[in-house]
Amino acid sequence: MLKLELDPDMQKRARKAAASIAGSFQWLFDDYSSVTIERTVLRLLGIDGATEDGTPYPNVVVDHLQQRNALLRGAAIPLANAIIYTGMSAQQIAEEIAQGNLDLTKTPVASPDKIFQVLDELSDKMLKHIAKQRETREQLLQTYGPRRIPAIYVIVATGNIYEDVIQAKAAAYEGADIIAVIRSTAQSLLDYVPYGATTEGFGGTYATQENFRIMRAALDEVSASEKRYIGLTNYASGLCMPEIAAMGAMERLDHMLNDAMYGILFRDINPKRTLLDQYFSRMINAYAGIEIQTGEDNYLTTSDAIEKAYTVTASQLLNEQFALLSGVKPEKMGLGHAFEIDPDLEDSFTYELAHALLTRELFPGYPVKYMPPTKFATGNIFKTYLMDAMFNFAGKLTHQGVQLLGMMTEAIHTPHLADRSLAIENALYIFNAIKSLDENITLVPDSFINRRANQVLKEATEFLERVEKEGLFKAMERGEFADIKRTENGGKGLNGVFRKDVEYFNPFLEKMKKELGL
Amino acid sequence: MKHNIIRPYGDKSGDGKVQLSFTLPVPPDDWGKEAAKQLLKQMGFEDIIICGIRDLHEGFTHFIAYAVTPCSVDSSKIKVKKVDTPVMEMEEVDEFIKENIRRKITVVGACIESDAHTVGIDAIMNMKGYNHRYGLERYQWFNAINLGAQVPCEELLRRAREENADAVLVSQVVTQNNIHIHNLTRLIELAETEKLRDKMLFICGGPKISHELAIELGYDAGFGPGTYANEVASYIAVTLAKKLAQKS
Repeated sequence: MLKLELDPDMQKRARKAAASIAGSFQWLFDDYSSVTIERTVLRLLGIDGATEDGTPYPNVVVDHLQQRNALLRGAAIPLANAIIYTGMSAQQIAEEIAQGNLDLTKTPVASPDKIFQVLDELSDKMLKHIAKQRETREQLLQTYGPRRIPAIYVIVATGNIYEDVIQAKAAAYEGADIIAVIRSTAQSLLDYVPYGATTEGFGGTYATQENFRIMRAALDEVSASEKRYIGLTNYASGLCMPEIAAMGAMERLDHMLNDAMYGILFRDINPKRTLLDQYFSRMINAYAGIEIQTGEDNYLTTSDAIEKAYTVTASQLLNEQFALLSGVKPEKMGLGHAFEIDPDLEDSFTYELAHALLTRELFPGYPVKYMPPTKFATGNIFKTYLMDAMFNFAGKLTHQGVQLLGMMTEAIHTPHLADRSLAIENALYIFNAIKSLDENITLVPDSFINRRANQVLKEATEFLERVEKEGLFKAMERGEFADIKRTENGGKGLNGVFRKDVEYFNPFLEKMKKELGL
Repeated sequence: MKHNIIRPYGDKSGDGKVQLSFTLPVPPDDWGKEAAKQLLKQMGFEDIIICGIRDLHEGFTHFIAYAVTPCSVDSSKIKVKKVDTPVMEMEEVDEFIKENIRRKITVVGACIESDAHTVGIDAIMNMKGYNHRYGLERYQWFNAINLGAQVPCEELLRRAREENADAVLVSQVVTQNNIHIHNLTRLIELAETEKLRDKMLFICGGPKISHELAIELGYDAGFGPGTYANEVASYIAVTLAKKLAQKS
């Protein structure tokens, strides 16, 4: 077996620094909330749908409270108070507010006991539903057997959920284990989640709860006929991280792209907003048994894959520590990395193997997610197909958890039906051809691969220790991550962050923390 | 065969052989294969060989085919609109600017509107560049300001005005439903409204951008896939120098 000898002291140092960095944000997690966290609470308490002009009801209620400076205790208490006073459901109350018939700050105040009782009942009901979805998934996996290693992960991105369904089913029948529905390109910067089934998007399909439901039903159908559980992925990222996590939890999504820092660096979302939102969204994912996936591949598409390899490792370690704080178990952490080294470079594949093994061994038992070549996919589909084959070879040989298949038409168009099919054929051939190859080979002593992996680990450790000393926000301000400079109070969405009142209450945060042992 | 007639080359001069691959909503059987053949016939192909048939499920089949096209192209009738300024290496560009413009050239770049893909603008502007060709940030005589992705048109123009830019660089990677055309048109219309259009060069780039398309949309130049920073830098430097010469 290919086995690295990673310096155990270095691993300890790296994790210690990462833990200290992640741990330094307890003040943020304890004392602050955001508009999307409150909208999540409202969704989980039963508010869904949108007004005729498309404003989702959770936004209507949160905006209503914010305009009246009444959001500091959270959205749950005023809503429960109105439920007691009016006898209406949460949904009816949201609709009345939208009509201008109800002002939550003017309803008579019920006793705290009654308020907590209402919230207790409503939150229990939803948490039971989510737990049931988690059990259904576990049961199906038990019936159909465990996932392939690496799991074959493909993307659909037509913009039209019904067209996505056709392509997703076709891919699943051909052998895909996980389907990711790419979101419409600007959705990460919307401070609301669109409502209903959607048929138009750019570079992807809007993440909506109805779209989740449609795709889940389609994949359940294939799972049943193929006797193989087909996972579904979406993106809990951008300005609505926890809302999308909650929707995924309700509709039994199995994976969520849910990176702690991606939004800050690559979408210019405010650092405090992002860290706060990822904390709660990951807790929801943890509770729902959803596997999170992180976006370290982005470091390599913007920077050199050899020179900046350590930033991938450092980000993986930070993502791990932030996820632990939210109660995510290692077996649900799909930490990311990518095959992005210049193919013209001598020994590029040898380097890739070293990096792939490093991720694999630094995170044993984690469903690490391996991303395909994109940067050097130039439109020569034949060359890209070959690079994708080498990528599949590396993924299988090093037992990656999830293999996001490369498309030979990368850099040309969103994958056509046949492109995806050829990619699956490529992966199935290689996975089968080298099924037990790893059992037959070892690294020679003092191999380049071993030295390289240890070097990357060392660079990552030293980097994390520097960041620990300086502080994460300061380091980001200086462009230490991905050469992108972000300031603590810059970026989008900061005005949606607020300091909680002493009476603040979020029934889901409390219950999930307890359940997850936090 | 006359040398000015161009036909595809398989393994003999002018044999007209092409390879094709496409998907049809038909079953992977003889009936489906016949559908594929008829389609190719209608496209004018001859000697059609369907060499690969792959079941894509959900009622679709993928065909791989070889066929002979009767078409040919007259070489004397080919005209290409492309950027025709000479291309220099980074050091030469810097030297050229130093001598001919005698001040730094300011370029403001962004990937505009909904597009979140920085790969194109980064390849041209970032220090690192792409494939061992440094980006504009590395050039001594360029002041390169990369605003990144999802930059609203208004913001890009505001910065361009503020920086008194010589050129605006726009990247568009996502092209689904022709969103890139829509975005690029919007920017140029806004630039005209704000009386900026003639004050600076407007240049666009991306996988589906050609110089011809760029001109059509009202830009000064367009660069397609595989363009390196030095090509863009050369174009900007030479064009600005020409404009300066015309003025004086």
